[in-house]
Amino acid sequence: MTGTPASQPRVVTRPSVGRPVPRLEDLPLLTGAGRYLDDIELPELLHCAFVRSPVAHARIERIDVEAARAMDGVHAVLTLADLMPKLTSGRMPLGASPIKGENSSTPFVLADREVAYVGEPIVLVVAHSRYLAEDAAAQVQVDFTPLPVASDARAAMAPDSPLVRTELKSNVLNSFKVGFGDVEAAFAGAAHVFSDVLSQHRGCGHSMEGRGVLAEIRPGDELCVWSSTQMPHDLYYMLQTMLGLDQDALRVVTPDVGGGFGPKYCLYPEEVALPAAARLLRRSLKWVEDRRETFISSIQERDQYWSVEVAVDAEARLLGIRGSLVHDQGAYAPKPVNLPYNGATAMSGPYILPAYSMDVHVVHTNKVPVSSVRGAGYPQAVFAMERTMDLIAAGMGLDRAEVRRRNLIPPEQMPYTKKLKARSGAAMVYDSGDYPASQREALAAAGWDDFPERQKRALAEGRYIGIGMANAVKGTGRGPFESGVVRVGQNGKVSIFTGAAAMGQGLATALAQICADQLAVPPEDVTVISGDTSKTPLGLGGFASRQLVTAGSSVHLAARAVAEKAIRAASSILEVDEDQLELREGHVHVRDGNRSLGLGEIARMLRGAPGYAFPAGVDPGLEASAQWRTDSLAYANACHVVEVEVEPTLGSVEITRYVALNDSGRMINPMIVEGQVQGGIVHGIGNALYEFMGYDDSCQPVTTTFQEYLLVTATELPRLETIFRETPSPKNPIGAKGVGETGTIPAAAAVISAVENALAPFGIRISQTPVPPQSLFRLIEAARQSQAGQPPRRKDLPDDQET
Amino acid sequence: MYEIELLINGRPFRGAAEARTTLADFLRHTLRLTGTHLGCEHGVCGACTVLVDGVSARSCLMLAVQADGAIVETVEGLAEHDGTLHPLQQAFRDAHGLQCGFCTPGMLMTLVELLRETPHPSEDEVRDAISGNICRCTGYQSIVDATLAVAGAAGTEGSEP
Amino acid sequence: MKPPPFAYFRPGTLDEAIAILGRTENAKVLAGGQSLMAMLNLRYVFPDALVDINDLFELSGIEIAPERIRIGAMTRQRRIELDAELYEAMPIFRDALKLVGHRQTRNRGTIGGSLCHLDPASELPTLALLLDAGIETAGPAGVRRIPVGEFITGYMMPGIGPDEIVTAIEFAPWSVAHGHAFHEFARRHGDFAVASAAVMVERDRQGVVTRCAIAIGGIGSVPQRHGAGETALTGSDGGPDAIAAALESCAGLDILGDFHGGPDYRLSVARTMLRRSLTAALARASERTQQA
Ligand code: FES
Ligand code: FES
Repeated sequence: MTGTPASQPRVVTRPSVGRPVPRLEDLPLLTGAGRYLDDIELPELLHCAFVRSPVAHARIERIDVEAARAMDGVHAVLTLADLMPKLTSGRMPLGASPIKGENSSTPFVLADREVAYVGEPIVLVVAHSRYLAEDAAAQVQVDFTPLPVASDARAAMAPDSPLVRTELKSNVLNSFKVGFGDVEAAFAGAAHVFSDVLSQHRGCGHSMEGRGVLAEIRPGDELCVWSSTQMPHDLYYMLQTMLGLDQDALRVVTPDVGGGFGPKYCLYPEEVALPAAARLLRRSLKWVEDRRETFISSIQERDQYWSVEVAVDAEARLLGIRGSLVHDQGAYAPKPVNLPYNGATAMSGPYILPAYSMDVHVVHTNKVPVSSVRGAGYPQAVFAMERTMDLIAAGMGLDRAEVRRRNLIPPEQMPYTKKLKARSGAAMVYDSGDYPASQREALAAAGWDDFPERQKRALAEGRYIGIGMANAVKGTGRGPFESGVVRVGQNGKVSIFTGAAAMGQGLATALAQICADQLAVPPEDVTVISGDTSKTPLGLGGFASRQLVTAGSSVHLAARAVAEKAIRAASSILEVDEDQLELREGHVHVRDGNRSLGLGEIARMLRGAPGYAFPAGVDPGLEASAQWRTDSLAYANACHVVEVEVEPTLGSVEITRYVALNDSGRMINPMIVEGQVQGGIVHGIGNALYEFMGYDDSCQPVTTTFQEYLLVTATELPRLETIFRETPSPKNPIGAKGVGETGTIPAAAAVISAVENALAPFGIRISQTPVPPQSLFRLIEAARQSQAGQPPRRKDLPDDQET
Repeated sequence: MYEIELLINGRPFRGAAEARTTLADFLRHTLRLTGTHLGCEHGVCGACTVLVDGVSARSCLMLAVQADGAIVETVEGLAEHDGTLHPLQQAFRDAHGLQCGFCTPGMLMTLVELLRETPHPSEDEVRDAISGNICRCTGYQSIVDATLAVAGAAGTEGSEP
Repeated sequence: MKPPPFAYFRPGTLDEAIAILGRTENAKVLAGGQSLMAMLNLRYVFPDALVDINDLFELSGIEIAPERIRIGAMTRQRRIELDAELYEAMPIFRDALKLVGHRQTRNRGTIGGSLCHLDPASELPTLALLLDAGIETAGPAGVRRIPVGEFITGYMMPGIGPDEIVTAIEFAPWSVAHGHAFHEFARRHGDFAVASAAVMVERDRQGVVTRCAIAIGGIGSVPQRHGAGETALTGSDGGPDAIAAALESCAGLDILGDFHGGPDYRLSVARTMLRRSLTAALARASERTQQA
């Protein structure tokens, strides 16, 4: 029972928030009844394929589509020139931004003069089946004149570097400085200074369902665009502009989405090309990204090069950090470039840092454009910071955890203001969290203190085991708002309409739980309608681990308003004072007595009927809308501790133990939270050891199948041990913080810390991700050669473990 | 075009397909059984796993014509007609063995085969069985736990159909 | 990622299959399809026709005789993995097959298909080489029995004509007291090996190695017999010196670098796999010899 103050409606119910309620989403998905983009079938639907650039940089001399057009089953073969009559611009607008118009680095709807990465779309083929469309795409002839490429972002900064696109004056898109405090003084007064150069490689999001677009021409010329996106409203606004459509002539819907992980946060050329072509041809069109297209056209992330210098006092307390960060932006910038800003501002994480200066350079290369992949700049920042912490520990002969402990922000300083600004311009204020306790708990669970003893024993047997750790803080719940409308239906069931976008995380269940508790109904009686611009006029979508915080808060407020309204209406109808009423089991009950009114009945009365009396003092409709506004973030934190065993002759790393502490504030559904953390960790393990999106020097991608680009599978993992703290966020009405990325962010840093620790006898420093076996082997061999006293060679030892 | 007849989930189906049509596309687009998913179309992700004549197969690596006359089982056939979930489906729900659900049909069909062969697998056997199925969402642990829960439950009840 | 168009034949007899291959330009044999179908979907290959031999039931089956074991080319990998009699006679098959892909691919993949694909890192060609197998083919000129050493002609190049079909693999079983092992290192379970080492040994009651075969996969353009290693072991006591000599002489193998690592790396992996396989096989041989 929840007691509530007099001013609030009295609600009597067993709360569902905080319980592992089975997900409302599951039934269709388990039985094959889910409806993902490629499952949508329409009468007379035509299928599309794209001709994509096979070269990383070239001038397009000629596009010959005649042979393709002449093929059986081919409906149309379209270049940018063909689409222009239906477009207001051939160039994409800057996504997720209020800035009107294009910027000089957004992609083109289709390339017609120049291509700047392998995979850039050039021609759209429309045919009666995808098979035929691919046949025809192979027959399109494009004549290219090759142009020089810029493949390494660091080299691409040089004034004499080849330009990524000939329209550019420089490959440097943007340079800025992030910092505060007197860095010079910090270094001048330092007891120790350490420095490192770190690099992190790009990977892909690889949701198991790729992207996809379906443009449906409806009677009356309405255009309905289905897209597997995290951003239906952004697409809606963008398409209005790009296609020059009135708002009522367009609708954007997201069907079931088979995972997002960042890449579906972007708006893509295909999402404009298909609707434009559909309007041109007056036919409904479908395009589904296949896996090879994912590799060469979906957003990738994490190529960054950090040079870091740290100044500490004699007690290993941080005095200052300075350095530079080069961010590889790929060929275009489809959105405002926020990842390096995220990274540069997030570096100091949970630590107290008096002075900071980071020079950031955002540089184009002839590779797939870069935007967010799960973590969005944070994994790199945490990697840089946590590797620096290990460096300090090694340099000063201190325990790695101890160095961190001395620098963590203590709980009594919460809320803690970092001397930095968030992207909204608001001050960066950590709202809550107990970082030292988090670290303590994680270390205790993982047996950190006993480890050196175990490590010594293992080494005596010739086994290289190691332990590592990483802390992370992630700003979640980015605003400015998310929409939430709660409406009671005529049958008493409740619907939530939100602009938040479901992409498999269990959003509907969590929102239903929040709503259910306010209205004293079971969560199963709540449905959630999301990702449909005709049902929800306002919305942002899925990014920055934001949706539960923002949409959840709106739904919470709206549901409470509905509860108040129901009680007010019942008071008027039943002629009983409001304080005599309570909401219980979907009914407003008179507390002393057995009179009650169901929510459905109240909804019927509040819909109004001609000639009938209307309850006094209430507005029509048993519904409420809330757009909870925020400019601040809710900061979640995590501490991961990892144990590994390394086999030096193979360069192989086996993760033998993984302990993750996560604090994402109040957990609406702990089962869902745990699932997010586990999935996130595995993504981070992939970044540390497996996932490598390779390009050769001519910027040809060399990993374009799942045989070459390795995703982590079930056999490569230990059981993941998760621990949860729940420090509520004071910044939102539900106390929650986001959890979608906190599993990923510290994972690579923790794994690499453990690998380095395992190889301590070789004195190896690892400053990169990923470290595939051959790289590790090379590091070990180099260390062996430069080492005077060699550790025992494995070949003299008894047989070791099986692979 | 080839006329293809087959038994899917106990019901006869027929349809026409080009020689090159994969079994996956035939199921999904010709027969409209869209529960079987395509995650890679090159035989690595396992999303397209169905049972053909009782054994698991990647339906992106089979031609539809090759399934002529076959007995095929897909995710659509797992639950009872009255909607009662298959124990494995129920366990997935209880243990949060799915998030976006895209890998789920392939996971389920692979594990159905495993549990028919090995009703009480160890954790390692479960992980080995799904080593050819990629899930980007869950980190696999909840899928493993769901499977072990079914195996455990079947054991305690001792009820083998 | 849809296959390009092709003509499709599904002959009911071997003769018919050979006849179709003989009269069809640019035809490919479709066995289990676990490599070919992926290459078709990726449009890496453009055959004009596929000759599907899945209806040639006579090509499927395992026959075990004291002098000779015969495995039909269309026998599914998983059937070979699970076959109890074969396991009894030659347990190395199960060890090797557990490392081949995943259960879904082994359910359809065949031994003949794997031999013809001839990926240097795949397990079955390495095993065939280890066992000095004969590869039986049928073609317009009749049946041929090709020694595996001649069958493996180069990187992914089986020594058969375009109108020939592999029908079976045959080899002589080893004594009941043999020891075996198949170890490999792959990035993930089920992936192609960075390096693999397959070992068969026989020892006498004194522990002297009387017979030894070693095959190394994954490191070169084709799987290789490690003759120097075999020499080092044969006649030795199977002790650390013999093993060390076998590992040392791996440097003489043909080793290529690729995306998964340079030659020095692959050599190191091959050595570790060989050390594991030798250790395990020698121990098993001792154990079985004592039991026998
Ligand atoms: S779609 Fe068949 S294995 Fe990925
Ligand atoms: S649940 Fe999304 S891929 Fe497995």
